[in-house]
This record gives sequence, C-alpha cells and structure tokens, in this order.
Amino acid sequence: MTTTVYVPLDSSARAVGADEVAVALTAEAARRGDDIHIVRNGSRGMLWLEPFVEVDVDGTRIGYGPVQAEDIATLLDAGLLTGADHALKHGAVDALPWLERQDRLTYARMGVIDPLDLDDYQAHGGLAGLRNAIALAPQGVVDVVAASGLRGRGGAGFPAGRKWQTVLDAPGDTKFICCNADEGDSGTYADRMLMEGDPFTLLEGMTIAALAVGATQGFIYLRSEYPDARDILREAIEAARGYGWLGDDVLGSGRAFDISVRIGAGAYICGEETSMLDSLEGKRGMVRAKPPLPALEGLFGKPTVVNNVLTLGSVPFVLAEGADAYASRGLDRSLGTQVFQLAGNIKQGGVVELGFGVTLRELVEDFGGGTASGRPIRAIQVGGPLGSYLTADQLDLPLEYETFAAAGAMVGHGGIVVHDDTADMARLARFAMEFCSEESCGKCTPCRVGSTRGVEVIDKITAGDDRQGNLTLLLDLCDVMTDGSLCAMGGLTPMPVRSALTKFPEDFGLTAQEVSS
Amino acid sequence: MTERSLSEIPGGVPPDAADPVSARIGEIAEARAGEPGPLLEILHDVQHEFGWLPESTVPALAHVLNLSRAEVHGVISFYSDLRTSPAADVEVAICRGEACQAVGAEALVAHAADRLGVGIGEQTADRSVGLEQIFCFGNCALGPTASVAGRLHGRVTPERLDALIDDTQAGSSTP
Repeated sequence: MTTTVYVPLDSSARAVGADEVAVALTAEAARRGDDIHIVRNGSRGMLWLEPFVEVDVDGTRIGYGPVQAEDIATLLDAGLLTGADHALKHGAVDALPWLERQDRLTYARMGVIDPLDLDDYQAHGGLAGLRNAIALAPQGVVDVVAASGLRGRGGAGFPAGRKWQTVLDAPGDTKFICCNADEGDSGTYADRMLMEGDPFTLLEGMTIAALAVGATQGFIYLRSEYPDARDILREAIEAARGYGWLGDDVLGSGRAFDISVRIGAGAYICGEETSMLDSLEGKRGMVRAKPPLPALEGLFGKPTVVNNVLTLGSVPFVLAEGADAYASRGLDRSLGTQVFQLAGNIKQGGVVELGFGVTLRELVEDFGGGTASGRPIRAIQVGGPLGSYLTADQLDLPLEYETFAAAGAMVGHGGIVVHDDTADMARLARFAMEFCSEESCGKCTPCRVGSTRGVEVIDKITAGDDRQGNLTLLLDLCDVMTDGSLCAMGGLTPMPVRSALTKFPEDFGLTAQEVSS
Repeated sequence: MTERSLSEIPGGVPPDAADPVSARIGEIAEARAGEPGPLLEILHDVQHEFGWLPESTVPALAHVLNLSRAEVHGVISFYSDLRTSPAADVEVAICRGEACQAVGAEALVAHAADRLGVGIGEQTADRSVGLEQIFCFGNCALGPTASVAGRLHGRVTPERLDALIDDTQAGSSTP
C-alpha cells in the first residue's frame, strides 16, 4: 500500500531544508522498500516547525517537525509511515491547537492540498465561488462583495465592493484586473505563501473580479524576490487554461478572461498601486497623482481593478459561502478575517487567520509564544516598515483598522514584527529614513531629499550634536514629509520615526520631556 | 545651433548591425514587441540571457521599441535588479528588512562585508563573490535570511553563511 507523505514546497520551508528532506525521504524509503508518494504541499503556516512533514495514516494526517534530512533514518526506524511516536511528532495536524483556534477562510486550503492539482482544489471547495459568480449578473457579484464588507488587504483598507462598482460603472470595452503581488513590506509573507501553496484561489478571485466588472485581461505584478511563486503561478495559469477556466470561454460562460504574470525588478515603491501600474506598463515605477483614480484611468489609461493578493484571495470564499458568512467575522467596520503574520524575533512565527478584533497579545504571546530570544519584548511594528512602533504596554490593542488608526498606528497588511529589548530604536528610526531614501521613486521632494536629510539629522541627534535644535528640525522634517508627499512612502515614513522618538527617547539620548515639549 | 539630421535623434540611430550582441538583443525585443508595454519584460529577458545588460542594450531597444535612449536608460537606472555590469560568479544577498534586523541581520551583513572585504553592492577583486542587500525575501519568521548563488536560506548565522559561501567556492580552482 502506498503511503502519502507531505513535504512543503513553500520557500520558507525550502530555506530551512525541505528539499533536502524530500530527497532523503525518497532515497531512504527506496532503500528500505517502503512504498511512499511524496506530495509537495503549501505550508500550514507553522513556520517554526518547518520543514513540517505530514504522513497520511488511514485518512488522518500526522505531523512531524522541524525535520532535517539527517532525521529521516531515525524517523523511518521509529515508524514514521504508521504515525508512530518520535521526539519530533506533534500528532494529528487538524487537532493542533495552533491551527484549531484559527478561523481559516482565505487560507482554508493552505497546506492541505497539492497546490497544482485542480481536482484536489475542487474537492476542497475550489471553483464553487466562480461557478456562483457565473450564475449572477455582474452587478449581482459586485453586490455580494460589497455586502461582505471586504476591504483591501494591501494596507489601505479601501472597500473592495466600492472599487469594483466604480470599474463596473466606468464606460469602455477594455478593462483590467491587476493583482498587486509586490509584497515588499518586511514582516509580511502571506501573499507569497498563498501564491505558492494555493495559487488557484488567487486566480479564482481574479476571474470573479473580471466577471464582475467586465474585464478580459488580468495581470499579476509579482516581485522578483519571489521566484518560486512565479514558477507556481505560471504553472497554475497553464493548468487553468487547459481546464477551460482561463481563456475564451470561462467554464462555458461565454465570457473571456486570461491572466499574465509580470515580474518587478527590485523596487519597493512598485507596491504602491499607481507606481505598480507604471511599472506594469514597462516604465519607471513613478507614483501618479490621484485623481484620476486607477478605477477610471488605470493600466494603459483604462478602468482597472487593483487589488492585493489576499483581497482577491478572499473573494472565492465570499462568493461560495455568501456575504453574511464572511461579514459574521470581524468587528465594527473591519469585517471578515485577516491573515496575520508573526515575524521578527518571535518564538513561534507563522500565519494566523482570525477575525479582526483579536488583540496583539493573543497573537504575539498566545500564538507566538513571545520572543525567540526569550528576552522581554521592547517594540512591535505592525503594518510594515511604514507602521508605527508600539510598546509592550500596547499589547491589548485589538487589531482593527479604526482602533489602530486612533492609536496612531496601522493594521496594514497584517504583518507583526517583534523586537526584543536589545533593539536600538534610534537605529531603527534611522533605518526607516535610510530605507525611504533608498526606495523613494523621487517624484516628491520631501520624500526624495527629506529622507536623506532625515538620516543626517538623526545621526546628529544620536551623536549629541545640538540635540534640541536637531530634534526640532527632525520633527519639522517629519511634518513636511507627511504633508508634502503624494503616496505612503514619504507620507508614512515619519510614523516609525516619530513613534520611536516619543516612545523610546532614551535611545536618542533624549528625555521624554524634551521630546514632548 | 546646427540642425540635426534624423540619425542624430535619440533612438533614431539604428544599432550596429555587425555587432552580434546588439543583433541578438534586437531579436529578443522583436519577440515581445507586439505585447503592451513590453520594455521591462524585455530587459528581464536580455539580463536572463547575458547575465547583465550589455552597453548595446540601450540603442538596440530604443530602436526596436521606438523609444528615446533616455527612456530606456531611465527604466534601467530605476530598478535595482537591472545590472549594467556583469554579476559576480556567486551573489550573496542578505535581507536587511526590519524582521531580519530583529534577529541579527545587521551583524550578518557586517560579518559578510568583513569576511569578503567588500561593501554592499561591491564584488571581490577576482569577481568571485558579490555582496548585495535585499529588502525582504518574505522569509520573515525564519530570519536572518540570505540568498547564496540564487538559493534562499533561513536562520543564517555568520558561521552558516561562511559555510554556504565556502561550498560555492569548493568547486573552483582556487582553494
């Protein structure tokens, strides 16, 4: 009898030895005459356990991890293929508290299925949303998405239904669906994991969007740092074409839609939607002024839906299970689930999908287990490099767009980066300015020049050179960048800088009184 | 000011037909010339084939795509992935994103720079190893992260990085 063994193909799992595990398993099983079939699945998101190997024992998947290639012989000796005990055994994967306590909607199939097997995809609910969308009129599809309360998961949180309505109502025969897969924020990796582990979900979301607004061509703008995602997406697109899903007649609907993947070239700013559109057009990724809205004049000047991977990846659930099912999760105006990512100095890093409203403490302490170093938490940055630094005193903040905004922070893309008490916050503030100077597109002077001046002024403060005078200068510079930049790059870089200053003034050689006066 | 002839208009000068590199770049461009906004895609193709963007890339692409040389140059200079000089035999790229910094990325960069005797964006004198900084590989739960010769590695300590670089050098003639 053939035993199915799952070894993740996720690039984080590969970065800690998953390929070597798969090779060792194949060789060792062959040597012993064990009949196994290895499936390279996506990651379950328990990244600290990667490479996480699962064995199908009479329909129950038993997990082991973190497994290294040199563990394979002892694992097989112990009885890996029958789910026997071993120091690395965690038990039935579906019953693991870390997973069981989550509410996986967008990530329902993550790590469960073979990412490129369309039969497996459909056996786990795939294409149900698209089939429902085909049965609806375009306005009907937009209405469902609007009623679900789904907001853009890329960071800005704009209501997806309203954006789609604008594109649907825009005149013109040529419209585009653009998926922003330029996930450049440090501490975020949920887009990557979905594209590698369940790419059909993204393609299904894009196809539903196309039917809703009347688009015939889609583009995925993928960052070059994700070569595995590129290869898997291209294979998935070919499979979808072969199945009659993408192409001239989407699942027999009489509607045409196809998707191309275009690769970025190492520019963080291209994650900003207008800059991404310029880059998709083959140009320098310069930020455009709005209006015109991309929904009306987007790619090549045509009406365009620009949504993040997880926004589009949430759409199949909404169409399959209904708007109410999605909106029953979450809090206030932040409805549905968010795929939170635990990163940085964290003991149990990985992906937690839960309704909005979960507190930072539940994520960082209960799921994350505190810092990897075992030292106290000093600062937490939520929402990427442009997000504020929070202190350990703010762990009870619920993750919800409006509450975070009121606290001077942002949920953003749901990335949570933990720093322990060895973190030098003046150095991190300086880095925020350095990063901005490195990655600014150069269009707005406060961002292009201000970021370089920001590095210099912070250096003067930390060197003790006229601290008070240079502090005044830095705060003034932050104001100018906030007010005088077209996009979030220049506009939000002051967030980490200001929050580091006000919450950790001692790292700059300043007192709380000096900073607040 | 003298009037300029057509051939002096940027992009209007045909690339050197006798130059095989230029001719090949022209072919690569022609293959995609019908696609909408193909310049960045073509630049990726050229770099994929040559490992960098040879000097004749600018005139060749300007000619095929009917763009000014300034436009082509502007796109090349905007993106950090696009190279106007050959890469080192082995590229070592270390993530300096905040998540990797939280677990020691800055020390890793300093170690690599010290060991290789080069700064970020530089190559060793024999061009065997180049050091680059990257802002995020999406491996933020298992940092520090480094890519060595195109392969991604997580939880990279200075010792591990040394071993990974040594592995790439083992096959070469110099010990």
